[in-house]
Amino acid sequence: MARLLDADGHQVTVLDTDAYSFRRLRFPGLGSDFKGTALVGNGIDQEALKRAGIEGTDVFFALTQGDNRNIMASQIAKHIFQVPRVICRIYDPLRQEMYSTLGLEAISPTAIFAQMLKDKLKS
Amino acid sequence: MYIIVIGGGRVGYYLTKALLAEGHEVLVIEKDAGICEDISEELGSISLRGDGCEVATLSEAGTERADMLIAVTGEDEDNLVACQLSKHKFNVPRTIARIRNPQNETLFKMLGIDVTISSTNVILEHIEQELPTHPLTHLLTVEDSQQELVEVKIPAEAATIGKAIRELSVPPETKLTLIIREGGESLFPTPNAILQAGDRIIALTTHTTESLLRYALIGA
Repeated sequence: MARLLDADGHQVTVLDTDAYSFRRLRFPGLGSDFKGTALVGNGIDQEALKRAGIEGTDVFFALTQGDNRNIMASQIAKHIFQVPRVICRIYDPLRQEMYSTLGLEAISPTAIFAQMLKDKLKS
Repeated sequence: MYIIVIGGGRVGYYLTKALLAEGHEVLVIEKDAGICEDISEELGSISLRGDGCEVATLSEAGTERADMLIAVTGEDEDNLVACQLSKHKFNVPRTIARIRNPQNETLFKMLGIDVTISSTNVILEHIEQELPTHPLTHLLTVEDSQQELVEVKIPAEAATIGKAIRELSVPPETKLTLIIREGGESLFPTPNAILQAGDRIIALTTHTTESLLRYALIGA
């Protein structure tokens, strides 16, 4: 995601608690080199988000492996820092449904993938 | 009352024990099978193994008839989600969340969690009270009003000793409520009351004016 947006010419900052994850930003064979910023920090810590420049951000993605972390990070971005567009990954379809009704732009990969497999079976 | 506790760790366990002793109907939701077993052995079959952030688990727990849900896991994000789900999906009238990072208090309030308890702040406040050199201690936060009750101790070297209350520039947002003398005698801080060394002043103030108040009362 970060590399795609970076290649499109956007200014991208990646925040992760583990610096080891950043090696993926340099994997060869995935298009151009990542030119954005990679920062070690916790996405549900308001100080870390400020360091990453959340105050001037146009779009915020919460894409960690943890549903609750993504939900909390997104709500911080939306309600504390008033980021105009916040997109949140929630694996659990039931939780995704509830937070969508609460006004969070939430996507459940589980639901989408299940639908995809079902469609494949039909064709 | 029917109370659901999310998280069966140390806080959850002792909380549950206390709530049971008060005669409430309590259910603990805990992910770890071992902890669930320990709770069942010691407190009876009042635990449910599962994820308190999952709608299915909360349904199984009968959350829609709960009067209160208290989330006390060690992770702020889990406590937030458990409270939000029970509030919006199951209409639980009162939700209480434990917070590890004091910064999260504002966010939780904004998102409709009824009560937040920051374990870090509670411990800090208790330690503060035990520090003899600390002139201002927090006694109580007045819920939903931004106000707090503080105690200011007048040290022997304070510039304000011998002055009357009316001579001090106490900030307007602050109300002095009581003076407790050394030895325990207490009096109202009338305009003519004179400050003495060792006095403890109890005042209602706000977080932003507390340093002004301290300056007005002890001159430093």
